[in-house]
Amino acid sequence: MSTDKNQLTYWEKFQTKYLIKSKIGKIFVYIVLSIWAISTIFPLVWVLLNSFKQSRDIITNTFSFPADPTLQNYINAFSTINIGKSYVNSLIISGSVVLLVLFFGGLASFVMARMSFRLRGVMQTALIASLLIPAFATIVPVYRMMIDLGFVNTYLGLIIPQTAGNLPFAILVISGYMATIPRELEEASVIDGCNRWTMFLKVFLPVSLPIFGTVATFVFLWSYNDLFSSLIFVEHESVRPIVVLLSQVSSQYGTDYGLMTAAITMTVIPVVIFYLFAQKTFEKGATAGSVKG
Amino acid sequence: MKNMKGDKLFIILFLAPAVLITSVFLYFPFFENFFQSFYKTDGFFNSTFVGLDNYKRLLADEIAKKATLNSLQLMLYVAIFQVGIALLLAVMVDSIKVGAGFFRTTFFFPVVISGAAIGLLFTLIYNYRNGLLNEILVSLGFERVLWLTEQSSLYMVAIPTVWSYVGFYFVIFLTAIGKIPQDFYEAAQLEGVTGFQKLTKITIPLIVGDIKVCLVLAITGALKIFELVFIITRGGPARSSEVLGTYMYQKAFVDANVGYGATLAVLMVVIGLTLALVTNKLMKSEDITY
Repeated sequence: MSTDKNQLTYWEKFQTKYLIKSKIGKIFVYIVLSIWAISTIFPLVWVLLNSFKQSRDIITNTFSFPADPTLQNYINAFSTINIGKSYVNSLIISGSVVLLVLFFGGLASFVMARMSFRLRGVMQTALIASLLIPAFATIVPVYRMMIDLGFVNTYLGLIIPQTAGNLPFAILVISGYMATIPRELEEASVIDGCNRWTMFLKVFLPVSLPIFGTVATFVFLWSYNDLFSSLIFVEHESVRPIVVLLSQVSSQYGTDYGLMTAAITMTVIPVVIFYLFAQKTFEKGATAGSVKG
Repeated sequence: MKNMKGDKLFIILFLAPAVLITSVFLYFPFFENFFQSFYKTDGFFNSTFVGLDNYKRLLADEIAKKATLNSLQLMLYVAIFQVGIALLLAVMVDSIKVGAGFFRTTFFFPVVISGAAIGLLFTLIYNYRNGLLNEILVSLGFERVLWLTEQSSLYMVAIPTVWSYVGFYFVIFLTAIGKIPQDFYEAAQLEGVTGFQKLTKITIPLIVGDIKVCLVLAITGALKIFELVFIITRGGPARSSEVLGTYMYQKAFVDANVGYGATLAVLMVVIGLTLALVTNKLMKSEDITY
């Protein structure tokens, strides 16, 4: 082997020749990527197909296409476990959390990004620190407060803690965006006679809409998917969101495979469709959200 | 950031709701939790101060020890495989032209699915009678396997945990790699750097900051693992897959041992902060800007 530093070693030549430049290398890359893609798609397709079969067909013919497609599992999901009600509950709770977080978070972000006041630095530190607070660390005292307030097993019982938990993330991300808005825009709006409220409403809110969209998507998702807090605050049948229902299905109807596959499909499909339409927003949220611990 | 006349009022009005909600329902409970770990509670309402009793109990609690070890083990798998696979996939997707968008879409979407649904999906996959895995085995002519045993249960929850969040770090890495200016590679090519050297000498050093962030996120995130374990195994069989999250939930909200639950939460915070500080310190390096 040559000692010349610029000379490639045999191993490196081998790599270049057979793994990087060659077709074999490309094929290898595509095989690995395809395997991972199959692992993410196949289980869901399997569930989707089986949700249209009768439970006994799922047992005997789990891989085939549904020979005799039936909606029975979905009808069961609505009649026996009342999945429709849980959908509505999820929508009410997560929708409210998103609106509250965007409104209160938006106002606070505007102040944090564009105005100066004495406690600003302290508050910025507190916001970042709060990202290290897991739900586990606050749940016991919050649960006692909710009992005292009589909010357990009401929508507010989950809306309030989730709003509190998501606000710091929202403020950090939105204020980061608002800080980049040109100063001229602010000055022009003052000349037009805006006060701070109208400036927020007519200038900063519209200009920051993309980041509001990103934050909304992620806050909705975190809220919709948050099983831990939901189990504690809204477990009762009348208010339980869809994730709580799912966690109860496996223990109560663990042998009804048809029902389980239908329940999974109904939970996942709306999110996946939404994701396919708003993929860019989701991915932007992931990178923005990487500040959330 | 020059202030206008009357700004004081707006600052107070605009900040008030957010400050109020987070102080009462986030910051205050965080400290209050610490105090409650010194109390023994009886049915949520009668609390008696018991000093360090809960902490003594914690030290003697074999299940808590097991749950801590399991959490740390999951943390290791998450740090190595979640971040590792994500990096590998990101480098691969960056190197291809055809189909990159497709892989980007499919890799990320388990991230948006709720842990509860993924958990239920995996209970169906692991199911003994007609789960996906056993059906594959049977169709290949093998015997059915009992997938969730005391020996295997932790791995069986580690797999969906790692799998479902690889896409998250994948997107972060892919974005980071995409930001590296092309002339870096061109210059390297002139210097004779090719193939894997490009990866080890340019790509990885340049995204080391992002790798650090991902590792810290993965490690601190592993402490919050709850849903998949809760749904797939409920911590069993025989506590073999109990993690801190599920144990804390059980103690505080099933056994109504609120004070002890608060103590377990303190343990989780202490472990989380320690690990975040340690990983940050260990991986301290100058950030690269370009």
